[in-house]
Amino acid sequence: MVDENIYFNSYPIFLSSCATTKKETLYKRLGGKEGIEKITDNLIKNIGKDKEIFHYFAKTNISHFRRGLNLHLCDVSDGPCRYDGDSMVDIHTGMNINKSDFNHLVELLINAMEEANVNIRTQNQLLARLAPLREQVIHH
Amino acid sequence: MSKYIFLFTILFLNINSLYSKGKLIAAPGVSQIEGSAGGGLVPWSGVAGYATDNEYSANAFCSRAIVEDFALTSCGIQFSAYDQIELSYAKQLFRVHPLALDLEQNITGAKIKLTGDLIYSKWPMLSLGVQFKKLDDPTVPFALGAAKRSGTDFYIAASKLHLGALGGYNWLWNTTLRRTKANEMGLLGFGSGTKEAKWMAEISTAIILDPELALGIEFREKPDNLQLDESNWSDIFIAWFPNKNVSATLAYVDLGKIATIKGQTGWYMSFTGYW
Repeated sequence: MVDENIYFNSYPIFLSSCATTKKETLYKRLGGKEGIEKITDNLIKNIGKDKEIFHYFAKTNISHFRRGLNLHLCDVSDGPCRYDGDSMVDIHTGMNINKSDFNHLVELLINAMEEANVNIRTQNQLLARLAPLREQVIHH
Repeated sequence: MSKYIFLFTILFLNINSLYSKGKLIAAPGVSQIEGSAGGGLVPWSGVAGYATDNEYSANAFCSRAIVEDFALTSCGIQFSAYDQIELSYAKQLFRVHPLALDLEQNITGAKIKLTGDLIYSKWPMLSLGVQFKKLDDPTVPFALGAAKRSGTDFYIAASKLHLGALGGYNWLWNTTLRRTKANEMGLLGFGSGTKEAKWMAEISTAIILDPELALGIEFREKPDNLQLDESNWSDIFIAWFPNKNVSATLAYVDLGKIATIKGQTGWYMSFTGYW
């Protein structure tokens, strides 16, 4: 880290971009509370229009889901929140979600982030935080 | 060639609706010159096509490499089931310009995924593969000292995609260890008087600039059974996945010395259709 900063500092052209991104949390790069709410709302809208996986959400309480997802995204991106909802396993038990459906939800999330103007590198970093949760979501 | 166009058409018209496409875009990779799913030169551990879980997939590809004194055309098909098993067939046509000669080789391949997932598992995805190769006419390879007209390659491949790992971009790597006796991939026959099969290392790595665009390099180690100073191969490639139906790959390849003729660099283009 230290070496990298010295390197970048000697090239002023990189300074502004790196000086800001180094300290920023993923939460901030996602646009903070407002940015995450936008992603969540876009995702809810995308799921609502989706033929393949909407049936998993047909009985979902939308406002409960919205609150839970906002908190969850805030928590995993190092924001000032603690997710206090049900565990991923509990939520998805009985749904028997397969790999294909899971990937499709990832695609809808990527679209939701695109629509919220989240850049590709920040998208990848959020996906990296969420990827380990797949085992708690599928085949339960 | 018309045979393959026919095949493309049949697959597209009849089977399109039967297959699902559960993998994320670009996850299956492209088709390597021996017909397995992979990069351009190297078979990767991923099973061909977009099928997951209880789905099937069928793919067809055509590739062409043109270097100074040689040209290789390779076309074929892949079939996969449950993202576990891949079967492939490729027909290679190798044009040797200085001799106005064509060498043809047929390759039947199989791959089985052992463990892991390209994206989600902590450990790399591991697969075992095999490629059965046979030359149509071994006269010239035999004249150069090759012992056999057919041979079998075995390989073990490991690969992993690391999300956001390269300055926020996704990073893919694959390492393949191949046990082979093939001379120039089999185009110049298999083995020679005394040479046994050897383990060869093959490496690919790519940065995913966009979910639809990968930029990478490959290296493929090769034996020198014929003592013609056979070269290792390398390439730099860009692969484009505009959707889950097709991919296009463009590469600059360095094939080194082939049959003692130096400086075999040139271009490679490949298309894969996914059903």
